Amino acid sequence: MLRFNILVFACLTYATLLFVVAFWAEKRAEAGRLGWLRSPIVYTLSLSVYCTAWTFYGAVGYAVRSGLEFVSIYLGPSLMMIGWWWILRKLVRIGRTHRITSVADLISSRYGKSTTLGVLVTLLAVIGTTPYIALQLQSVATSFAVFGVNDPTGAVQTDLDKTALWVAAGLALFTILFGTRNLDANERHHGVVTAIALEAVVKFFALVCVGLFVVWGLTDGWGDLIDRIDASPVSSHPISGTRWITITMLSAAALITLPRMFQVLVVENSDENHLFTAGWFFPLYLFGMSLFVIPIAVVGLQVLPDGSNPDMFVLTLPLHYDQRFLATFSFLGGFSSATSMVIVAAIALSTMVSNHIVMPIWLKARKGGATVSGDVRSVVLYARRLSIFGVLALGYLYFHFSGGSEALASIGMISFTGVAQVLPAMLGGIFWRGATRVGAILGVVIGFVIWAYTMFLPSFGEAAGFTAELMAEGPLGIGLLRPQALFGVTGVDPVVHAVAWSLAINTLVFLLGSLFSFPRPVERLQGAQFVNVFEHSGTARGWSHGFAETEDLLVMAQRILGASEAQALFHAAAAEQGKEGYLPDATPEFIERLERKLAGSVGAATAHAMLAQIAGGVLVSVEDLMAVADETAQMMEYSNQLEMKSEELSRTARKLREANEKLTQLSIQKDAFLSQISHELRTPMTSISAFSEILRSAGQEGDLDAESLERFSSIIHDEALRLTRLLDDLLDLSVLESGSVSLNWTRTNLHDVIDRAMGAVMQGRDGVGIRIERNEFSEHIAMETDADRLSQVFINLITNARKYCDAEQPTLKIQVRRIGQDDVQIDFIDNGTGIPADKQTVIFEKFSRITDHAKAGSAGLGLAICREIMANLGGTIAYLPGQGGAAFRLDLPRVRTR
Amino acid sequence: MGKRVLLIEDEPNIIEAIRFILSRDGWTVEVHSDGASAVDAVDRKQPDIVILDVMLPNKSGFDILRDLRAAPEHAARPVLMLTARGQKKDRDMAEAAGVSHFMTKPFSNSEMLDVVRGLAQQPTDGGDA
Repeated sequence: MLRFNILVFACLTYATLLFVVAFWAEKRAEAGRLGWLRSPIVYTLSLSVYCTAWTFYGAVGYAVRSGLEFVSIYLGPSLMMIGWWWILRKLVRIGRTHRITSVADLISSRYGKSTTLGVLVTLLAVIGTTPYIALQLQSVATSFAVFGVNDPTGAVQTDLDKTALWVAAGLALFTILFGTRNLDANERHHGVVTAIALEAVVKFFALVCVGLFVVWGLTDGWGDLIDRIDASPVSSHPISGTRWITITMLSAAALITLPRMFQVLVVENSDENHLFTAGWFFPLYLFGMSLFVIPIAVVGLQVLPDGSNPDMFVLTLPLHYDQRFLATFSFLGGFSSATSMVIVAAIALSTMVSNHIVMPIWLKARKGGATVSGDVRSVVLYARRLSIFGVLALGYLYFHFSGGSEALASIGMISFTGVAQVLPAMLGGIFWRGATRVGAILGVVIGFVIWAYTMFLPSFGEAAGFTAELMAEGPLGIGLLRPQALFGVTGVDPVVHAVAWSLAINTLVFLLGSLFSFPRPVERLQGAQFVNVFEHSGTARGWSHGFAETEDLLVMAQRILGASEAQALFHAAAAEQGKEGYLPDATPEFIERLERKLAGSVGAATAHAMLAQIAGGVLVSVEDLMAVADETAQMMEYSNQLEMKSEELSRTARKLREANEKLTQLSIQKDAFLSQISHELRTPMTSISAFSEILRSAGQEGDLDAESLERFSSIIHDEALRLTRLLDDLLDLSVLESGSVSLNWTRTNLHDVIDRAMGAVMQGRDGVGIRIERNEFSEHIAMETDADRLSQVFINLITNARKYCDAEQPTLKIQVRRIGQDDVQIDFIDNGTGIPADKQTVIFEKFSRITDHAKAGSAGLGLAICREIMANLGGTIAYLPGQGGAAFRLDLPRVRTR
Repeated sequence: MGKRVLLIEDEPNIIEAIRFILSRDGWTVEVHSDGASAVDAVDRKQPDIVILDVMLPNKSGFDILRDLRAAPEHAARPVLMLTARGQKKDRDMAEAAGVSHFMTKPFSNSEMLDVVRGLAQQPTDGGDA
């Protein structure tokens, strides 16, 4: 127990040292005196979070189990650094230009600031990383136990759980303290990075020291060692080419897809040129870390008792030889490896979780009020802290329930493969403009599912329902779906199998999805910017024109960035625009700048959404465009309604105008009518008056002959009759027009009615002069009508024909036919010249004589009366053009209809 | 006397009455019944007095009067206008068109005779337009 206490003491001291270093670095950073803290060496050392407890302890175990294969874990990142530094450079440039805060942010931003992708990648990262964190907790706990009991088997469970809990809590505390000091995730965490650089040094030298101790303390130098290696089972492991290639590739991908690696490589990068140093220094570091793995493995196997846990050789070898100091140093190296990984991973994951899950939910919950009420800054901080706590709690729980029995290496592999599922979307996103959100989502989802099915869930064994039977037979006995022999591919190493299937199908689906889907405008925009990041000098277009009130922006910015920083930003922007005070014009450039600034704190998508809430009217996400479109549609609908209303109004106005015109027309017609009446009455009266005056004077003077006397008297008589007729017509018309006429409906025969009309006309003074053609047979139609009125119409038409037909032998044809059961049609057609086309419609108007008075001998009311009678009888009268002469058509119901 | 009247009127009975009244007083009465050719008739016959109805076939009396007044040779020719439309606005229109005298139908025979005699003696009197 003494040693255990010393260990705890050393551990606490070391932790305190880390705190102090981190605190000191933060202070220096705040004071602006970063100096060598910003050196490429520190950057490169921070990259060593790649080397976790898995590498520190596990590499030796890996070597014992699989020989040299562990080298591929180091080979991948080294090749990436040396050979594909341009990918890293592009990532770093994009990250800096767009103020990317995490892998999820990168993918989400690239694909049109997609919330879905942000959430997806975050979930993937959390699920993929949690076992890895658990692994670190486990290794620390195990190393504690090993140290404490000095049991080389390392299988002691004494308080393992409690240790892990304490470690997790401590790490959570450290991470929260130094990981959320700055809200701006894009502001580099100088304290954390410095502490990690220190840890990198510690773990490096710890491993090297153990290695030196083994090589020169336990063997007789290199020569002896090489002999021992040759003799050792470690060197007799067969080398599988496919595994080598797969793992090398996977670990290379891990360098950019692991959340913690992305954090240190891209987010914490302060200078692109640091990559050049890292390009040679990081591989060298990895080489150093791997140099002594084989010697330790070989010697460990030889000197330690059988059954010793090879994953703990680095610790148990010094302990075995009672090298307390070295063992403690070694322990601290492992501790460093584990803690640095957990800290950075927690920061990276918490950034993702808070930016892509917590904040969007919070924003949605507040529904638009986010920028106006509530302290966003504190919300973000709490979200971040809560997320850190959550991530570590998840790691601990995973450790607690998985029992910590896995070999370290396999968990690492699972984790690598899981996070590698974002690789197609990531690389496609930064090199291929055609990549679309749909493709990315499909690829990530499918890759994730295959990974979970072939690798992640089977690692839980029975607990996840992946029984031996299922593994051997496939679900429901479907052999094609066996998790480790998918689609009948058997005989392949499970890791290779899972990696190949998941990434291949992921990539395929991503490509197809991208090819067959149409990118949204923002996606195109972002795609172009990401792919051509080196051409664009790094302005994230997107705010085509903002309508934001600067005050609102400032209020919001203060809530996120903090009052002083926000004011400084606004002040600087105002100064640049040549303005005083804190309120610059809300130009697109400024909003863009603000967005990037905010994106550093809350992630691109969230920042965009928040600014969109204020700025509005901007080209943002399709959701926004849709909202705008909806609004436009509403406005259009509204304006449509307005238009309809105004149409209705103008219709009403038109109706009014028409009514008014009609009234005016009526008034004019009335005037004209009165004028006509006056004329028609005065004309006969004039004759009567003139001739009666003549007669009177003749009576006095006796100078008038008898013939003249007779003639003048008869003129007076005729004119008096004409007057009477006119008055009769007028009264008749008035009654007919008012509709108050009482009709005498009787059953009659049409033939009789026509006969009666003919008789009336012929009895008149000048009854001859026109020949009438009838088809008496067709006229026998039983009717219910007012026979007097109908014959009045006939009389009128026959009289007109007689009066106006100008043919040499005037003839009037009367044609009767039945239309269906209920209607009768009667045509009156003469053989004259007819009525000119322009007069055909006016003839039915009152006083519409179209010839001179003399010939007409009537007031021109006849057809008007006919029209009114027909209307009263439920029929119509119309002029029938194109019949040669004047032709009228009567349509009449056979029986009474109303 | 030998004074000539041109009566432009289309009602046969009225024509007969006026012809009788004026002939008995020694006037030569010529008749024209169509509106459209009325101005030509005045040109041709150069009457001392024109008696003009308003409602004529094809051309209204007002238009005929306006055309007559537009021609210099008829500008001062006495025109007695007769109308059965006895409204005020018709009188106004006639006076605006330059009528010499305006009478509504029915008229008094003796009054008409007086008017015609008066117009014949002072041919320029009525040109009050």
